[in-house]
Parts: sequence; C-alpha cells; structure tokens
Amino acid sequence: MTATLATQTARPAPAPDTPVLALRNVQRSFGPIQVLHDVTIELFPGEVHALIGENGAGKSTTMKIMSGYLAASGGTVELDGAPVSFAESREAEARGVTLIHQEFNLAQLLSVEQNIFLGHELRRGWRLDHAAMRARTRDLLDRLETPLDPRAQVSAISVPEKQMVEIAKALSRKARVLIMDEPTAALTTRETEVLFRQIERLKEEGTAILYTSHKLDEVARIADRVTVMRDGRLVRTAARGEMTVDQMAEAMVGRELSDMFPPKRPADGSEAVLEVEGVTIGTVVQDVSFTLRRGEILGFAGLVGSGRTELMEGLIGVRPSTGTVRINGSPAHIHSVEAAMAAGLVYLPEDRKEHGLILTQDMRRNLTLLALKKFSNILIDKRAEAAALERAIREFDIRAPQSDVLIGNLSGGNQQKLLLAKIMLAEPQIVIIDEPTRGIDVGTKQQFYGFIHTLAEAGHSVIVISSEMTEVIGLCDRVIVMRRGRIAGEVTGADVNEDDIVRLAMGLEQKGNGNG
Amino acid sequence: MAMAETRANPPARSGPRFELQTLGPILALVALVVIGTILNPDFLASQNITNVLSRSAFIGIMAVGMTFVITAGGLDLSVGSMTAFISGVMIMIMNALIPALGTNWSVILVGMGAGLAMGALLGAVNGFLITRMGIEAFIVTLGSMVIFRSLVTWLADGGTISLNFSLGSLYEPVYYGGLFGIRWPIVVFAVVAVLGEIAMRHTAYGRHCAAIGSNEQVARYSAVHVARVRMMTYVILGLLVGLASVLYVPRLGSASNSTGLLWELETIAAVIIGGTLLSGGFGRVWGTVVGVLILGLIDNILNLTDLVSPYLNGAIQGVIIILAVVLQRARKASR
Repeated sequence: MTATLATQTARPAPAPDTPVLALRNVQRSFGPIQVLHDVTIELFPGEVHALIGENGAGKSTTMKIMSGYLAASGGTVELDGAPVSFAESREAEARGVTLIHQEFNLAQLLSVEQNIFLGHELRRGWRLDHAAMRARTRDLLDRLETPLDPRAQVSAISVPEKQMVEIAKALSRKARVLIMDEPTAALTTRETEVLFRQIERLKEEGTAILYTSHKLDEVARIADRVTVMRDGRLVRTAARGEMTVDQMAEAMVGRELSDMFPPKRPADGSEAVLEVEGVTIGTVVQDVSFTLRRGEILGFAGLVGSGRTELMEGLIGVRPSTGTVRINGSPAHIHSVEAAMAAGLVYLPEDRKEHGLILTQDMRRNLTLLALKKFSNILIDKRAEAAALERAIREFDIRAPQSDVLIGNLSGGNQQKLLLAKIMLAEPQIVIIDEPTRGIDVGTKQQFYGFIHTLAEAGHSVIVISSEMTEVIGLCDRVIVMRRGRIAGEVTGADVNEDDIVRLAMGLEQKGNGNG
Repeated sequence: MAMAETRANPPARSGPRFELQTLGPILALVALVVIGTILNPDFLASQNITNVLSRSAFIGIMAVGMTFVITAGGLDLSVGSMTAFISGVMIMIMNALIPALGTNWSVILVGMGAGLAMGALLGAVNGFLITRMGIEAFIVTLGSMVIFRSLVTWLADGGTISLNFSLGSLYEPVYYGGLFGIRWPIVVFAVVAVLGEIAMRHTAYGRHCAAIGSNEQVARYSAVHVARVRMMTYVILGLLVGLASVLYVPRLGSASNSTGLLWELETIAAVIIGGTLLSGGFGRVWGTVVGVLILGLIDNILNLTDLVSPYLNGAIQGVIIILAVVLQRARKASR
C-alpha cells in the first residue's frame, strides 16, 4: 500500500491547528462576471467539512480551485500553511489533494483495475505488475463492500458501482485531502452507508474531507463543520449541531422555506387510467401488475437496480416487454416512444444528460423534439416553436440568460424544468417522472414538487420514481415498492412512512401493513 | 461542459451567426475568387465559371446527401465507386436495350430510371447493414466501396464500358445542354442544394438527423425512429449518387475502373469544409455548397495559372480540410 506513496507519507505532519488546505479570500471571475467573492475555507486533518449551497452558488468552482482544476483570480490557496498555486490537477493530486468528480472520469473501455491505476500503474521492472494491481483493487473494493470483478469493463458496471470505483481510485492514491462532489447522488441508502463508514475510516486516518451534497440530512449526519454558500459568497460556517437541516436549507436559499411539499391530494375517484397486468421485461422485471388512477400521484420506491426504471422503459416501448397494458380500459400495444405518446403516456428519463436533453443544442430545439409533429406540417413552424418556448419559460420558471443558450450551459434545475416542459408538450394523460429532482437544489426541488402537484390537479396521472424517501413520502398518496424486479408491496395513505418502504425494499420482515 | 454548468455566467450562445467559424468558408470562397481574378483575367469569364460549376456539380449533388449522413452521425465511403458501378450498369442496360427499342429517348429514360433505382437500392443495402445489423458505417462502406469498384472493373473486363455512339450523342445534351444557358448539372445541383437546405433547417427530418448525431439515446427517448431516419440518410445519398451518375454518363459516355476515383474523399471534404461536424449533430447544407465550390475553384485556379503545379492540387485540398477541422475544434472549445 505504501510503495507508490512514499513521497506523501514522508512529508512532516503539520501541527493539528494548521489547516492542511485552506482558501483565503479567494476570488474567481469568468470574463467580466465574478462568481466567487472572498471565499475563505479551512480543511483540517481528520475532519469532514460539508460545503452546501444551491446550484450556481459557487461550490463547484470552489472545489475546482482547491484541486487545481481552476486557478484563483485573487486570494491564496494554502497547503500546510504555505501558499501554493497548483498549475494543474495532476500537481494537486501529487501533493495529496484529490477531487472525486460528480460526473465520473473513468475510461469506459478499460477495466476497473486499469481505471484505478490509470497513470499510476504498478510496475515490476519495465512490465506492468498485473497481479499486484489486481490484488490491491480487490482489497480496495472489499473495503468499500463492493463485490465487483476488478477485470469488469467500466462501461458494463452500474452508476453506483462507478461511484465506488471513483472512490476506490482516490483511496488508492492515499489522498490527504479528499474533495467529494455529491458522492451519494447516485447511491442507494445501503451504498451510502458503506460510503459513510469509509469516510469515518478516512477521518481516523487523518484525511481531510470536503463533502458536498444536496441531501441535507446526510450533511447533518456526517459533517463536523458545515459551510453554506450563496451567490458565490460564504453565508455561514457552523460546527456540528449548530445548524438544523431547516436552518441549512434557509441559509442556502436565503429565505424561509415553508413546507417543501404541497398538501397531498387523493386520486380523483377510482377511475383507472392505466392498468398494467403481468408485465415482464427480460429478467429485470417479473410479472408486475398495478393500476394508476386519474389525478393520482403514484410513487415507485425501491433500491437502485430493483427494476423500476426498466419497468417504465418497458411501458413506453423503449424495452421489449410482455404482459397486458390497458389505457382508459382499452388494450394498448406500445412498442415505441411514439406509440406511447399517441396513447397519452410520456416518460421523463432518470438521466437527463444521457437520455433527456441534447446538451449541444438550444432550448427551442430541445423543447419541441418530442412533440415536433405538432409544430411541423412539412416545414417546421418556428414562430409556434418560439411561442411554445416562451410559454414554457413562463409556466415552469426556466431561468436562462438568453433564449438561444445551449442546454449544457443551464443549471441542472433549469435543465430539468425544460425537460418537464418538453414532455408536457406532448399533452399526455399519464406522466412518468423518473428521479424528478436528482442533482438539483432545494429551491428548485420545492418548485418541482409544486409542478407535479399542479399536473395531478389538472387531471394528469403521475408516476414518480424516486430513490429519495422523503420525496415519495411527501408527494405520494400511494407508494409501490419494488424489489428485485417484482412488486414487494404497496403502502398507502397515512401508512406511507420510511420504515415500511425500506423494509419492503430490502425484503425484510413485514410489520403487517402493505399488501405484499 | 460540467464546469460551465456551475458558473453563473454562461456566455456561450447556440447561434454564433457572425463568428469567424461561420463566416470562414465564405471568406475563403471570396478570397479564392479574388485570387483567381487577379491571377487570370479569364477566371470570371462565363465559360470558365460554367466549367467549374458543371464539374463540381457531381460532387455537389452527392455532398448534399453526405451532409445528412454525417449530420446523423454516419459516414459513406462508397459514393465514388458507387458512381462508377451505377454508370457502368446504366450503360450496359442502355446498350442492351437498343436492339429492342431502337436509338431513342425511351432507352435513355429506362437507363436513367435504372440508375436512380440502383442508387436507392445500393444506399439501402449500406443503410441496412449499418442500422439493422449494427455494423459501423466506416466498415460497411469501406467494404462496399471496394466491392463496387471491383464489380465495375469486372463488368468492364478491366477496360472501359462505352455507350453506343449514336445513343451517346442523343444523351449528350443532359450534360452539355441546359436551361437558360445554365447547364443541367448546375441546375440540378442548385435544386438539390435548395431542397437539402430546406430539409435540413426547416423540416422535422433535418431536426431528427441532428438529434441522432448529437445524442442517439436522447433521440430515441424523444420518439425519433433512429434506425429509420438513419437508414433514410443512406437511401437519399444513394439516390443522389444515382442522380449524379445520370448526369455524368452523357459527359464521357463511358465508365471504367477509374470513374469517380476519390470522389468519396472530395465529397466528405466538401461537407467538412462547409462546417458540418464530422462527429455528427450539426450540419449545414449551404456550407457544403460553399465547400464544394472552394474545392472546385482551387482545382481551377491551379489549372489556369503556372504559379503552383496542378499536381499539388491534392496537397492544397488536404491542407484546407485539416484547417477546416482545426477551426471546428476552436469552435467546440469556445463552447
């Protein structure tokens, strides 16, 4: 373990009251616009420091300056009390400062072990020492409780597994400062627990950790100190226990947050809009049946990999499926997204960057892509398109600097709003929303819950898939829990609580409520 | 891109309408015209312009189709040898029909129909292998390029397939004749270019091509029939290759092993010089037209002047292609 890291371990340990890494009055501008104002943050060895803020608050810029991806326009970066300026991220990494990206930096076609040792390969003479690298990879993955074959190709592993590989990679470099950009965004509760145990362990070893997350309950749990940013400035730094989750959210948003969720509403009567019977999709979804009623917000909970997304992809015709689907009582045979749309069924994908939006195109083209037929009669009616965009911007409060901005330059929240506007242009009766608020900030989340509520009120039937328990609990009157491709049970009404859902999702013993 | 997202100041715009990258091809074209005029006063004579345009028309017609193929994330290396193959078969069909139908326009019309049908069919075969069998476009069309070239060599028995002389004379006006003094190939190229530009910018089909080339998955989830749209790009390109062949046969009245040699490269080069992204997702037909004209003018200028040997034509074209891609790279980085 120590062979490659001699340079770092040989460094004299700093005095405990010296921050290992600190930003002092750091400024950063992009062109004429200043995005960081006087940011001062200190990271101490053996401490978890959480950095929170809405999207666009300057967290990512701060992290990039710390890890050498960006230079500060003003102020100083200090390592062990001495000013440094990292010319590039490699230099920061060589000195023990590692950033784990939210968007993974893994070579898709290389194996897990090749990725972990990329650029730091172990050698025996001039040859690669495959056995040693494999053994170390196994060791690291064991520590992370991730049963993954070191030889597996990265393109073939799941998103949470990729996150674990990224973390294993950082661990293998023996980082003294570990900067984690929303590490749990793609993780399930169980995997998050594993990660937290690793964080505890790293703390004991004296690693300084900067941690960002939109999940404030996590922050409250693991952070020793919390720094809140808003509009490129520090709002407040507080020690553990000095701020409640609500206070954190308020500090981030800069206003008081009333209840995150609009009041729950029951379905409009018992009229079934969508009836699914015995749907099976390959080996990932087995014999699933459920009913969706008019005006209902139906939740789908379960662990990542429980088959929720695959089930919905089957319903909209992206995956081949068997079984019966009835819409408004008449059988629907849906083999393409177009057919699903014609039947009044649309799907907002889990991964907005891979499946939802074209990042290199503007808002107008993205908005109308799904319902383009409505805008074209041989030729596309660009005026109608522009009008639709204006309506969408108003209706969903999309904030863009100008209307021809590329989607990739919008914040996650605004992208998600545009995506919702896009699928709503198809005028669907049934709306399936997969992970409605992944990676978006608190204020926008609340807005999004409002949108979903409004849709249901207007008579749309909504299915919400979410891995965030609070979300399904706060939004849905009825929650179906999936486990290993099957429906494990259903929780309704006042019984909707986290404990029951988790029990069903994990396959634990029932406490009596739920039908499964 | 991930970085830009977290910034508060995304200045990047989608429509860099007046940027150098957009104007680049046009400026290059204007510069070429100026240089040509300075070097040789006959450059702008209508005779010379007609020559340049009618020779460029074949590449141009195919390049419009190629723009759609590349925009949708594909590639077709087979268009040059496909021209040779179609031309050869057309001539053989027409020659074979003369005893039955005589030397008249009906034979030529049958030949033209056969050329267009063959183009669509061969394009469909390419498209089928690429979209339904899931083989990479580069591999499929590299294979079909070699196959078509070999087939025409075999049909010609290593020599030349020649059109019956009197039928050739009858067919000649399709290349040398024209409308209001503008030769037919130029007229056809203009019509194809205008239709292509409209299809690319103003129809759902063009939008779908760009969507597929940008992100196939997003297109699929947005109810775009990815395989069908992509298949159609190859069929349309094949059809346009057929059309180019129909106009090409009356020019020389023959086809051989060397017909359409390296046309695929010139076609692809024209598309790239015009600003279409080789990786797909963004295409502009007007740019392709400018690219075709640039390549045609370079060839012409070198032939008209003694400044640089015409044998260096390829070298200069190569430099321009690489330069165009460097400009594209700059544009991507500025996003």
